[in-house]
Amino acid sequence: MQGIYEFVRGPLLWLTFIVFIGGSLYKLIPMYYLLKKKEAFVLSYMSLKYSLRSILHWIIPFASANMRQRPIMTVMSFGFHICLLVTPVFLLSHIVLWDESWNLSWWALPDWIADIMTLVVIGACVFFAFRRQILPEVKYVTSVADYAILAVTAAPFITGFLAYHQWIEYRTMLILHILSGEIMLMAIPFTRLVHMFYFWLTRAYMGSEFGGVRHARDW
Amino acid sequence: MAVPATKLKEKKEIIDVGLEEGAARLTYERIEQVINRVITAEMAARMKVYVDTCIHCGLCSTACHYYLSHGTPEWAPVGKVKQTMWEILEKKGKVSPEFIKRASIIASTECNVCRRCSMYCPYGIDIAYIMATVRRICHLLGVTPQYIQDTAHSHSATMNQMWVKEDEWIDTLQWQEGEAQADMPSLRIALDKEGADIMYSVIGPEPKFRAQLIYQAAILMTAAGVDWTMPASPGWDNSDMCMFTGDFEMMGRVKRTHFETAAKLRVKKIVMGECGHAFRSVYDVGNRWLGWKMPPIPVIHATQFYYELLKEGKIKIARKLKEPVTLHDPCNIVRGRGLHEMMRYLVNATCENFVEMYPNREQNHCCCAGGGVINCGPPWKTKRVESNSIKAEQLAATGVHICIAPCHNCHGGLEDIINTYKLNMHTMFFIDVLMKTMEIPDSLKA
Ligand code: SF4
Ligand code: SF4
Ligand code: SF4
Repeated sequence: MQGIYEFVRGPLLWLTFIVFIGGSLYKLIPMYYLLKKKEAFVLSYMSLKYSLRSILHWIIPFASANMRQRPIMTVMSFGFHICLLVTPVFLLSHIVLWDESWNLSWWALPDWIADIMTLVVIGACVFFAFRRQILPEVKYVTSVADYAILAVTAAPFITGFLAYHQWIEYRTMLILHILSGEIMLMAIPFTRLVHMFYFWLTRAYMGSEFGGVRHARDW
Repeated sequence: MAVPATKLKEKKEIIDVGLEEGAARLTYERIEQVINRVITAEMAARMKVYVDTCIHCGLCSTACHYYLSHGTPEWAPVGKVKQTMWEILEKKGKVSPEFIKRASIIASTECNVCRRCSMYCPYGIDIAYIMATVRRICHLLGVTPQYIQDTAHSHSATMNQMWVKEDEWIDTLQWQEGEAQADMPSLRIALDKEGADIMYSVIGPEPKFRAQLIYQAAILMTAAGVDWTMPASPGWDNSDMCMFTGDFEMMGRVKRTHFETAAKLRVKKIVMGECGHAFRSVYDVGNRWLGWKMPPIPVIHATQFYYELLKEGKIKIARKLKEPVTLHDPCNIVRGRGLHEMMRYLVNATCENFVEMYPNREQNHCCCAGGGVINCGPPWKTKRVESNSIKAEQLAATGVHICIAPCHNCHGGLEDIINTYKLNMHTMFFIDVLMKTMEIPDSLKA
């Protein structure tokens, strides 16, 4: 047990960072060169002003027409994304680890808030899964991979929650928690989770086209 | 000749000879070869990013009038991508002739490339571009609906959409000049006048079917005292079916001829008639294919031109239209050029009673004719009209009898909807409204 724990906390963690960062660069850099070579015009239409205008409209809840038409989905997806990004970074037990390893520490969320935020992430994943089942237009374009991504995303939060509350054997849960977190990070560059990076780029391009060329709004 | 609706309903499948015969000529090798060429040479990075980014959330569905009218998933924007591009990429081009035929039907008759869905996708994925790429593949494979292919051929043979010969064109202009001189004796349609301020260009169907629009433009130009000309040689047509079939090489030739004609005449700018798709082609798509970031000679759509004339006081409104009117926002000059506020200025300046449609401006629903869909001809008409019941509801909700629509395709599409759903409305161009409301200086009158 101790051996597995040492492994996921040590070498595997390093491997995760290497795969995550290396994979992301591997995704982004060749894409940039391909774009420059074959579709250079895309770059020439990029406009900082309109990119930011568009991104801003799409990261503010209810700022776009589509978001207003689907209030439940909007609340769910904003809740999900905010909690997904904020919770791991500001979780006290994570900060303790950073502190122990690199002497880095910052402000932490009170545990009970972090707990609720974890439940928000898990709940949203369940909601998204049901949505895939229930709405015909979503079901039609859903594949196994889409559920797998939801599972990969929810797993670190489920295991983290269970580990924190120690409902199931703590050590095992902790190992599973670390492992699932590592799997998620490694999956980002190689699955649809890559939208974490591409969101900013595709949005910026559409924003630039709509704003700079077509003089219209894109939300 | 329209095919009666009942007859079409009985038929399970719409037969289009362009698709049938095109697909019959295909082999698996040819399909794979063409697709791989397009994938590697033309759509390299953007398509990959779009396909990788799409999280299959279906949020784009309610953007699309096809989906809103039918309510089943295969009409949603992402549903159309699933049935076409995903499969093409996944199978790396190893798809059947039957698949290509179906892909051509989806891309050419089930999407108006109206770009509303990219305002609904959180990532701004350009589904119109994906559908246009599917058409491009189908074009290179020779599987395109017959009617639109026919007009594309006309472009390549005559540089205009309607097989109008050079002498017929000049004849039509002189005929309209003669007609207009009955009202304004000093009026001239100056042909090929070098150094004029403005070159006025129109779409092929204007001389062919709607010559009175040329007459009206001549009256407007004269009343406003504009220094203008129309070309006497090919290049006068600004329309573009090749953009819609995916024949980009031909699109480039047609657009180059248009710009070169203007350059030869040394005009300051090109003013285009009231057509949306032609504007898209000259301003956005064709222009860029030729390698210009922005058009080499400024191009403005008629509505902007009218707006400027009114603002500068070159034309004055004598009496406003009393009947209530509504306004249809054509995708290609609204989502495509942001002219919606100028159009509202025009409506308010010329009409007493303006009733908005909802949703409007960039959010407006397409007429379902654009993007080449109406140009796929009679076989597809019933499907097109049935696929836009949402527009019928939108129009009916205004309760008015006049709909202003500054786009030729929109006119065609809206009239079909109005007739089918018995909406008791009629469509007008802005120039029709101006002819009824504008002040004609006494010195010009006959
Ligand atoms: S471009 Fe328009 S017609 Fe085509 S899928 Fe999108 S919303 Fe529908
Ligand atoms: S809204 Fe965008 S990400 Fe969602 S299914 Fe449609 S295209 Fe894909
Ligand atoms: S025909 Fe009109 S409404 Fe339809 S796509 Fe063109 S501009 Fe849009």
